[in-house]
Amino acid sequence: MGIYLPIAEISVNVFVLLAMGAAVGFLSGMFGVGGGFLITPLLIFYNIPPAIAVATGANQVIASSFSGALSHMKRGTLDFKLGGVLLAGGIVGSTGGVYVFAVLRRLGQLDLFISLLYVALLGTVGGLMLVESVNALRATRSGAAPVLKKSGQHNWIHRLPLKMRFRASKLFVSVIPVLGLGAGIGFLSSIMGVGGGFIMVPALIYLLKVPTNVVIGTSLFQIIFTSAYTTLVHATTNQTVDVMLAFLLMAGGVAGAQYGAKAGQKLRGEQLRALLALLVLAVAIRLAIDLFVTPPNLYSLSAAGLN
Amino acid sequence: MAGRKGFAAAALLLLVAAASPTAAQTPPVEGIQIGLSTDAVSITAGFSGADLTIFGSLENPDPLVARQGRYDVIVVLEGPPRPVVVRRKDRVLGVWINLESETFENVPVSYSVATTRPLQDITEPNSYKQLSLGSANLYMKPADETDSPATIEEFTAALRDRKKATGLYSENVGGVQFLSQNLFRATVRLAPDVPVGTHKARAFLFKSGMFIKESSAQLEIRKSGFEQSIFRVAHDYSFLYGVFAVSLAMLTGWLGRLVFRKD
Repeated sequence: MGIYLPIAEISVNVFVLLAMGAAVGFLSGMFGVGGGFLITPLLIFYNIPPAIAVATGANQVIASSFSGALSHMKRGTLDFKLGGVLLAGGIVGSTGGVYVFAVLRRLGQLDLFISLLYVALLGTVGGLMLVESVNALRATRSGAAPVLKKSGQHNWIHRLPLKMRFRASKLFVSVIPVLGLGAGIGFLSSIMGVGGGFIMVPALIYLLKVPTNVVIGTSLFQIIFTSAYTTLVHATTNQTVDVMLAFLLMAGGVAGAQYGAKAGQKLRGEQLRALLALLVLAVAIRLAIDLFVTPPNLYSLSAAGLN
Repeated sequence: MAGRKGFAAAALLLLVAAASPTAAQTPPVEGIQIGLSTDAVSITAGFSGADLTIFGSLENPDPLVARQGRYDVIVVLEGPPRPVVVRRKDRVLGVWINLESETFENVPVSYSVATTRPLQDITEPNSYKQLSLGSANLYMKPADETDSPATIEEFTAALRDRKKATGLYSENVGGVQFLSQNLFRATVRLAPDVPVGTHKARAFLFKSGMFIKESSAQLEIRKSGFEQSIFRVAHDYSFLYGVFAVSLAMLTGWLGRLVFRKD
């Protein structure tokens, strides 16, 4: 069944989009990530213009993170204060990101920049995760207990000034790295259309030493607002949010997430992480190939004086 | 698989072929008329391209010339002019990057031609140039005229080539058929992404390779339907649209949790 996307201005197959949403929702339920980093590249592979894929990806992320944050709020595994400070940084980063986005679009370098960022980030995160999970798998096979870093350990981040206490996270830390992390994620959210959970979660655990149980809820909480803000700013400055496209993805996504969560409970943590790492690397490689392969058309047209 | 929702924008001319009795001595001057039965065409969201039929007639045709088939008609449907940037990718450190670009002013977004015979058989290249007729002869004005002519030529060629590849510039040889000595029917192609706005239909009459007369009519192409309303709202009330998009996402997330609750 074909449907015409009003903003992307192309006809697409409804079932492909629903299936795409469901597949990503399944994975996001399984791995506990928002799925924006998969949705946006998938949409680009499906010939949705990158500018629209990014803005619509951000819109889609709101739905999955909102639904996830609700359940964490009920369980009390959400640090509102930490989320609030991250969010303050996020708004600044996101505003800067949308501005950079508009400039790159005018220069004709937006698609390239999006692809490069994806290849670099997904490649790094996927590679690190793969190494870590393979080591963990080896360790469990040889019977050794996994070595965890002590959460009490301090690093240079904990010596920064302007300290603030976050009770729910049992944390006393400078606001500088928290704001900086928020701003970085906000920037990525507006340029890449991702929630940023796949960077936020490890950063909160390893850099700020936030207890793992509050990390996901807090990260989801701040992602709702960062991606909502990103969606609003993209809608007003670039008119690139396609609600029809976003809705189809969300509808598939919320359904898929439930089955994914169930499937995730049957797999072990290291196996899950290794699978996710392989998936992330596969997306990165696919995007990297497109950068190096000679394009079928060297010339492209676009409207001049585009916002 | 968007259903090919064809539409018939049958355009019919007032066939009141000026029957005014001209002075018997002076040789009759041929003319050409096209008329559209409607001045606006609405295309729906599932539009995947269609043919537009335009009827027209010759005035005072010479029966002898007509019988020998020496009258030729070219009909053009020209889309609204817009500025366009053409970019060229080049390899930098192995990566393909948009490097050089050229901006052109007032390039018709679409340009569909229908002719009685192949263009090269109707008249010579020079008269096409003078008339700025045919996608190969359209004059594209570069925004920066100080660029080297070779560069401008290269990007102009690329612009025409891309427009042809997307179907926005098309040529339908044999698309104009004479139904009788006076009456002809032209079929021009509308690409799936035909731009909305005021299109100009122009008909050119040639007699034995000589340009005789031109006539034109205007046609408004509009998009209609639900999707078009969304597009308009997204552009005219972009902030409210953004708020709506965010609320829709939150509602879906919340409903999704209600329907598929797992805890």
